[in-house]
Amino acid sequence: MDIDLILRVYPFFLQAALVTIQISALALVLGLAVAALVTTGRLSASPLLRWPAVAFVSVFRGTPCLIQLFILYFGGPQIGINLEPFAAGVIGLGLNIAAYMSESMRGAIAAVDRGQMEASRAIGFGRFDTMRRIILPQAGRLMVRPLGVNAVALLKGSALVSTISVVELTYTAQRFIGSTYKPFEIFAIAAALYMIIVYAMSKAIDLFDRRFAIP
Amino acid sequence: MGLDFSVVPPYANILAIGLWWTVFLTVSAAALSLLGGVVFAVTELYAPRLVAYPVKALSWLFMGTPLLLQLFVIYFGLVQVGIDVPALVAGVIGLGLHFAVYNADIFRAGIVALDPGQAEASRSIGFGRLQTLRYVMLPQAIRNTTPPIGSNMIALLKESSIVSVIGIAELVHAAQLAISETYRPFEFYLTIAALYYAINLVMEAVLRRIEARVELSR
Repeated sequence: MDIDLILRVYPFFLQAALVTIQISALALVLGLAVAALVTTGRLSASPLLRWPAVAFVSVFRGTPCLIQLFILYFGGPQIGINLEPFAAGVIGLGLNIAAYMSESMRGAIAAVDRGQMEASRAIGFGRFDTMRRIILPQAGRLMVRPLGVNAVALLKGSALVSTISVVELTYTAQRFIGSTYKPFEIFAIAAALYMIIVYAMSKAIDLFDRRFAIP
Repeated sequence: MGLDFSVVPPYANILAIGLWWTVFLTVSAAALSLLGGVVFAVTELYAPRLVAYPVKALSWLFMGTPLLLQLFVIYFGLVQVGIDVPALVAGVIGLGLHFAVYNADIFRAGIVALDPGQAEASRSIGFGRLQTLRYVMLPQAIRNTTPPIGSNMIALLKESSIVSVIGIAELVHAAQLAISETYRPFEFYLTIAALYYAINLVMEAVLRRIEARVELSR
């Protein structure tokens, strides 16, 4: 272990970790918003809304995230979409995780007892009000953990944006492995930073989960 | 610049070769991940601490960091310690170990969830510890965990696209080769996305059949 090297290069990695956190956080926000829309579409009574939503989830879960990023970043200019690497990363990661998050949301909504819906409708709530006042408050609690798992997967998946030259943790690690030929030292730094972030996220999820648990 | 998919067919051969390597890579890594998964699960549960802890540390490390980073380190790290392996081998090891760790977690939960009466009954009719594991517990644990293991294998197919970064000539790499000659990224990446999607559908269908079989044999 070359401690000297680690001490010399770690500031670059702190900077890169910040980029990893930023890109993941933005993709998470985009992902949650898109997932909410898509889930609404999938639960809609109209096939015109349902089918595009089902197709979205199937396509984004059925193909590699890496290819989705490539199509957006390298293929985009051919259809008039010119994005900076960072923006392409946020959009690509966000759309991809939205498909998985929509599955989590749908699962949580389906897990709410059917009787809740029936009872609510029986006492005169409409479909929308039933969703808003009866189902979602219960489903929301069930969503915390699965969405948290999605968020952690998103953070680790954010390494993929190194391939479209976003200078984040994995990109930085790859560069330093190439220039120093010290893969283990470089891995130690990058892995430590990833694991600190993942650990913090899992603590935050625990906190949310307890905060929203049904007492 | 409009889209023109007529650039794709002349490269069908190259893409077919890439597809073959993607399938080969996925199958080899899947085999390694299943075997490794069982071994890690049993080790974490039953081995003496001196063996179990390193395995736990390994799984902790593999679960907390991205696959892409792991691939770089395995590829360049092996060279560093004097083991000059072809990229393909590094790719299979990286993918295989990565998913072995996730499979181990599932197998372990499957073993723990078994009725303790199964092991007790097996021991009381004279099976040894190893025999109990081999003939009584593992068959049941593996059968009960088919659905989550199956979805891991589907994830493995998709993640196999990542090994293109260490220069393995699989599907993504084949597409990149064609793109370097035609400058048509959209068409080729969309084509291979469709290929991945097709394999994905096939794998899902196979998985459903296996699950139905397993359900019947219970």
